[in-house]
Amino acid sequence: MIFFELFLTFFRIGAFTFGGGYAMLPLVQEEVLGHGWMAAEDIVDFIAVSESTPGPFAVNMATYVGMVTAGFGGAACATLGVVLPSFLVILIVAKFYERFRKSELVSGAMSGLRPCVAGLIAAALVSLGRSVLFPAGFLFDARFFVSAGVFILIALLAFRKVHPILLILLSAAIGIAAGYLLGL
Amino acid sequence: MSVSPLSLFLTFAKIGLFTFGGGYAMIPLIQREAAEKKGWVTQEDLLDVVAIAESTPGPIAINAATFIGRKTAGVPGAVCATLGVVLPSFAIITALSFALQAFSGLKPVQYAFFGIRAGVMALILRALWTLFRACDRNAFTFALMAAAFILVCVLKLSSILVIVICAVLGIVRAQTRKVKT
Repeated sequence: MIFFELFLTFFRIGAFTFGGGYAMLPLVQEEVLGHGWMAAEDIVDFIAVSESTPGPFAVNMATYVGMVTAGFGGAACATLGVVLPSFLVILIVAKFYERFRKSELVSGAMSGLRPCVAGLIAAALVSLGRSVLFPAGFLFDARFFVSAGVFILIALLAFRKVHPILLILLSAAIGIAAGYLLGL
Repeated sequence: MSVSPLSLFLTFAKIGLFTFGGGYAMIPLIQREAAEKKGWVTQEDLLDVVAIAESTPGPIAINAATFIGRKTAGVPGAVCATLGVVLPSFAIITALSFALQAFSGLKPVQYAFFGIRAGVMALILRALWTLFRACDRNAFTFALMAAAFILVCVLKLSSILVIVICAVLGIVRAQTRKVKT
């Protein structure tokens, strides 16, 4: 049943995401592509939407995937699923958080998890990057050069701490201009 | 201290509605609304919240809302604060998903997203750099980063499996170092 499948999948994503922001991207990508719920391009498009709307990436993503695959009920199930693990864990941890904070098991696990998440995001970036730059095999056509140009420009600006929403608007403007000028 | 669950709900709905980008972007807002304005938590509490949110699974926003709700008004408080922080995104994305599906076929929208996709890759790269800089620099962390990358990107192992392995390796390393010293 799709509702239960959505709930369970996003529960798993919520339970194994450590750290904020894009930390959940590798898991979302793997699960959503694995189930065939969305294409890689759609996930990337939605990252832009999520950056430009309020709220945590995780909740936005769960709501959208649920909505696309099974309507309002699906959105509710997926969102409940992604929220529930953190909610339950915090309820338990809040009772004895002094001990949790000083626990060597927790700090040991985190020392392994932090670099792991960085490696996983790098892997997600490579795999999504391949479908963005080469949607139809390794073609070095006009679309490729526009995409590569946008990537380099936006990366330079992002490292100068220009606001993400401005950068998304700028990439959209370049996309529209290049699309019409080059007849892509 | 007893705080009404309704006011927890409203405050966290406001926090959820005005945080763009999620995660750490939410901390300053929580600080202003929940600590300075309402006095529900102290600055030290807030540091604890961040530390705990980092080492428990799930989005930081949810962790923080549940924690502060639980601390000020028990389990009903936790439920209301968490609902509050989730509801604005849920409502906005639900409404927006209709618009996205309706307009995604238009030529200018397709061109816009063609540009946006490459831009998003750059944003992820930027976030990855921040994360990389926050990690310790030693052979252990570099080895784990490389191993996680290769296991998932090349060998197509499941991310969850790799996450569990890395957590266990982190614990083992911490314990063996403790024995040595």
